[in-house]
Amino acid sequence: MERLATSARRDAYGSKINRAHSPVLAYGVPWLTTMLGSLTPLLPVIAPAPILPPLGYLVLLAWRLARPGVLPMWAGLPLGFFNDLYSGQPMGSSILLFSITMISLELIELRFPWRSFWQDWLIAAIFIPIYLLSSALFSGVEIGFDRLPILIPQVLLSVIAFPIVAKMVSLLDNLRLTRVRRIG
Amino acid sequence: MAPPSATRAGSNKRAQLGLFAGYLAAGLGAALGILLLAISLWRPETFNGLRSMASDAAAPVGEVGAAGRVGSRNFFEAIAGYYNAGSKNAELEEEIEIARVRLVEARALEQENERLKAVLDLADGDVAPVAVARLIGSTSTSTRRFAYLSAGSNDGVAPGMPVTSPLGLVGRVLEAGSNTSRVLLLTDTDSVVPVRRATDNTVAFAEGRADGSLRIRLINLGINPLEIGDIFVTSGAGGMFHPGTAVAMVSEITDDGAIGQLLSNPAATDVVIVKPVWQGELMDTMGDPLEPDQTEE
Repeated sequence: MERLATSARRDAYGSKINRAHSPVLAYGVPWLTTMLGSLTPLLPVIAPAPILPPLGYLVLLAWRLARPGVLPMWAGLPLGFFNDLYSGQPMGSSILLFSITMISLELIELRFPWRSFWQDWLIAAIFIPIYLLSSALFSGVEIGFDRLPILIPQVLLSVIAFPIVAKMVSLLDNLRLTRVRRIG
Repeated sequence: MAPPSATRAGSNKRAQLGLFAGYLAAGLGAALGILLLAISLWRPETFNGLRSMASDAAAPVGEVGAAGRVGSRNFFEAIAGYYNAGSKNAELEEEIEIARVRLVEARALEQENERLKAVLDLADGDVAPVAVARLIGSTSTSTRRFAYLSAGSNDGVAPGMPVTSPLGLVGRVLEAGSNTSRVLLLTDTDSVVPVRRATDNTVAFAEGRADGSLRIRLINLGINPLEIGDIFVTSGAGGMFHPGTAVAMVSEITDDGAIGQLLSNPAATDVVIVKPVWQGELMDTMGDPLEPDQTEE
């Protein structure tokens, strides 16, 4: 009788015997975690100034950079809509910014298909300030150049938070590809 | 990590079409975003219903978090305290000096007030609150300053009602869902509150600056009479806000007024009170017994 080595019965995502990747998990986890990130305003922090990183956007960036192709290009529309429901921004602002992000990341992907984490972080560090600045402009707040420094703490915090979010996303990626029991 | 081969369509017709459809869908998404953005900037109230439904649905999440807020707030403030501990200490000592004097003054005023009230035989002017609720979240990532309140139209909350904490004014209700409502905080740039100096009748407007401070603009321009440490309270002019609710303390003098620090930091408040819309002046004029026949109608 032919026998496989015991190590061949398992891989990083669990035992291979009678277990397979679940499509619900594989496709659902990125959507669900991005939407959870968009619920940041319901965190128990009543901020007198914009301070918390836009977690929904960070999670979207992290998923898109780490796993191209998992989120379709049109994902900016539904995810941006959900983000707008809670962020306090005028409806449409995140839809626009999320969609543009997805398109521009696709173009960056074409130019730089092989990237290390540092390049991913650099991309995030370029996208996050643009996102926050555009959000501030779209929010309808009359904000002059002299008042722009109120955005600086949030921009810095968001850029610094990106590696943490990216690490969490890579842990969630393991969960996404976990083998679950096949029935039948 | 290497991209999937799908991003390079090559001569595969199906892959080419799929890629094109992807760009098209994303482009349409962006166009729809522009359209919605234009609509919501032109008519900001268009999507209020959707928002209320969404925050009603997510309210339980916020409720759980709100209970633990006092602890986390202390954590954040502890970090923030290191930034300018020295200057803050000096400032605080100075403030205490001022506060001591004010306290004595306030006691004197209170006594006088009681005496006058006794003379006039007036009941206490406190209004019954519409609802007592928690702030369950705020738009902490956006430049707009809204908070979510754990009471809605089921509890009698209606748009326009002032929201106060024991420390002072927090904001006013912007829209009410069935179990949650959205509060426009004082620090939002759209928020304008008529205020007066607590010690005299120097009237001004307090506008939000989106960063936790308020811009106090004097109505009567001329020599700026304000001093650092002055307390501003709502004047009640124009209705809506009850007069005499604390709003801000002056921390910096400008040409046309001052920059004030919010007295009732919404982060520091666990429970807030929703009060009915104040219509004092209107009631007075309505109740004016000039023509009794008209009032009966």
